[in-house]
Amino acid sequence: MSELTTDETPVVRMVNITKHFPGVLANDQVNLTLHRGEILALLGENGAGKSTLMNMLVGLYQADSGEIYVKGKLAEINSPQDSMALGIGMIHQEFMLVGNMSVAENIVLGMKDLPFVPPMAEIHEKITELSKRYGLQVYPDKIIQDLSVGEQQRVEILKLLYRGADILILDEPTAVLTPGEARDLNEILKKMLTEGKSAIFITHKMDEVMEFSHTVQVLRRGKSVSVCPTKSIKRVQDLANMMVGRDILFSLERGPYNPGDIKVEVKDLLVLPVGGGKPILDNISFSIRGGEILGIAGVAGNGQQQLTEAITGLLKVNGGTIFLNGKDMTNKTPLQVIKAGVSHIPADRGSMGVVGDMSVGDNLSMKKYRTAELSSHNIIKRGLVRKFADHLIELFTIKTPNQDTSVKFLSGGNIQKTILAREIDACGGILIAVYPSRGLDVGATEAVRQNLIKQRDKGCAVLLVSEELEELLMVADKIAVMFEGRIMDIVDAKDAKTEELGMLMAGVERRDI
Amino acid sequence: MNMLDFITKLLAATLAMGTSLAYATLGEVYTQKTGILNLGMEGIMLMGALAGFTTAFNTGNLYLALMMAMLVGGFFSLIHAFLCITMRANQVPAGLAITMFGTGLANFLGERLGPASNGYNLTGMNIPSKFSNIAIPFLSDIPILGALFDVSLLTYALYLLIPFAWFFMYKTKHGMVVRAVGENPRTAASMGISVSKIRYIYTVIGGMLAGLGGACLSLSFTPSWNEGMTGGKGWIVIALVIFSTWNPARVVIGTLVFGGITSLQFSLQAAGLKMVIPSQFLGFSPYLITLVALATMTIINQKKKGSFASPSALGTSFAIDDK
Repeated sequence: MSELTTDETPVVRMVNITKHFPGVLANDQVNLTLHRGEILALLGENGAGKSTLMNMLVGLYQADSGEIYVKGKLAEINSPQDSMALGIGMIHQEFMLVGNMSVAENIVLGMKDLPFVPPMAEIHEKITELSKRYGLQVYPDKIIQDLSVGEQQRVEILKLLYRGADILILDEPTAVLTPGEARDLNEILKKMLTEGKSAIFITHKMDEVMEFSHTVQVLRRGKSVSVCPTKSIKRVQDLANMMVGRDILFSLERGPYNPGDIKVEVKDLLVLPVGGGKPILDNISFSIRGGEILGIAGVAGNGQQQLTEAITGLLKVNGGTIFLNGKDMTNKTPLQVIKAGVSHIPADRGSMGVVGDMSVGDNLSMKKYRTAELSSHNIIKRGLVRKFADHLIELFTIKTPNQDTSVKFLSGGNIQKTILAREIDACGGILIAVYPSRGLDVGATEAVRQNLIKQRDKGCAVLLVSEELEELLMVADKIAVMFEGRIMDIVDAKDAKTEELGMLMAGVERRDI
Repeated sequence: MNMLDFITKLLAATLAMGTSLAYATLGEVYTQKTGILNLGMEGIMLMGALAGFTTAFNTGNLYLALMMAMLVGGFFSLIHAFLCITMRANQVPAGLAITMFGTGLANFLGERLGPASNGYNLTGMNIPSKFSNIAIPFLSDIPILGALFDVSLLTYALYLLIPFAWFFMYKTKHGMVVRAVGENPRTAASMGISVSKIRYIYTVIGGMLAGLGGACLSLSFTPSWNEGMTGGKGWIVIALVIFSTWNPARVVIGTLVFGGITSLQFSLQAAGLKMVIPSQFLGFSPYLITLVALATMTIINQKKKGSFASPSALGTSFAIDDK
């Protein structure tokens, strides 16, 4: 990292920022200072208030109290237009792009000084010029929804550069990128810094903080708990502890690898898209034994989700076979698959994992209500359900006021624990977990991983889909890498190297590595 | 009757019929393009028809009548906008309520705003003048296509309005904003666009155009007031928006097809075809064709991978701190 001079007036100074949401104190007297040419890493768990703080800086939210100074002057930021006028621009975690409009249209969208009929030829030229200068290759006339995630992010960056932003805020910019794309992004940012721009980036990846920031600021439960130069941090562990406020285990306890019988066997699985085109799943074959975790690596959208949906009966396959616990379960209904002993932790917990408006207790019993354990003659026995739910809430330490609370009021981590509890309780030997720690904070992530390993040690066959290589290396016994609907390779987790997996994820054939 | 003459007359009838639909459909396209579904069209059109007719009846001024129709249409859609945008009500029942309120109020007022000599009823009254067809010399003498140049001022205005509406939507910065708001309001907001403001503006404009569409019926097509005279056209408008795939230019095709079939069914009935085909069948055939057209569009849309899809945020409310 280049040396930083801090004697100038800071470009951004946020003083005593406080923000309430109904029932939550999102930011409590937070201070933040950013200098010219500085990269500030904003670190914290989910719900620590990082995004809220930044959304106030760009004018999407307004602070209840506190002041913001930009380039030495007190600033009134009431809308994104105000912040843009001050040279502040943000790249949100979910990209802010209109899918069916062109790159150029997205870049100039909402600009006030645009003429009634925007001169598209001129705009294209300016975009091309900018993209050359920063090495951000894009085609101005392409439609956003036809672009890859990496390309879309480049459009987001160009959008800010086009408007002349010199203070960039990036909300977990690398979360959706392959390792290669992430490196490219870092290069681009470095180039911008040399031109006097500054950046704040929100993250919860420690290695990025260490590699890539001048200063690190840690938020915990809405409060700023630490600001220090990155150089002064000796151990990554310290950062993690600051973030959570307690010690975090970086390696998980696990029993010896002791595989049993084959429980999941998938052969030549083929799924074609509706309306024709390239197969979504292309000749997928693998097997999982009891007491084994097979991890599926890959950038999201390469067929992982469809694979798990095919196994759980949610998606019809066009070819191949699926054997679960020794029975042919190809193209059976989800209920038949459940009865065959399969538990499923779906990728989208909000829409597939729980019914938000129903209580924690009802959500917990949703898989077992049919059985004699909770009902008789089609009448649910409320007393048994209450006992059953209380037992699971205690066993999985689900933090909820009581079992009658609607699930939607719980935090992401506790919603996921509710799903875990239900699925693990009803598990008949096969557990399928899709992005189980996505969006969870360090503490909840740890609990999820520990539970998966516990099931493995008990003899379950576990299929774990994840986009984080660290997680796979830590939890899985074997790792299969998926790219464009194919399995590129299956490797032993203990021999796997991150670089190698990254290349496979980007579609580089094994023989070319 | 010779064939050429028949076709020319059919086209003329189609244009007269389609004019009212085209205004309202254009309005609804713009409203829906910002993400607001306004199912109140039937009620708004009827209110527009009434406001236009009663103004023309009392003042004799057709242009004042048009303005009143637009004003009333704009006011009714303002109610819808307030319910859906500010109060964040569900857009479907809100729109249905507007239709019920609008038709009810129009029919009620229709029986109160007439002259005392007619028992205060407007039904059966005549207006001093109406928007008559204006033939352009020479051009209107061309066989078939001549019908295009022998229409009312209201139809001529559409020849300019539809291309302009297309140009505005796809070539100007305001059109870009409209499309962004309906497709991804969050993104629009992050770019400093006031989603609520844009939605208010185009919902009201949509209602004004629907009011105008209603006035086309009572001031030109059938220059009179009759209870429920829109006869379900407000619902056809909703279908035509889908048929035109939310593209102002394609509104022409939808209105011509629907107007054409309706006119054809009148001509066939007049030609005594009802001996062969029951008149009830001819009567509902335009609606049957609408069903077929909608199903076809849906299938084509699936084949084309959603390039004809509705605005993504259609029917949803928006606030910046929604999760």
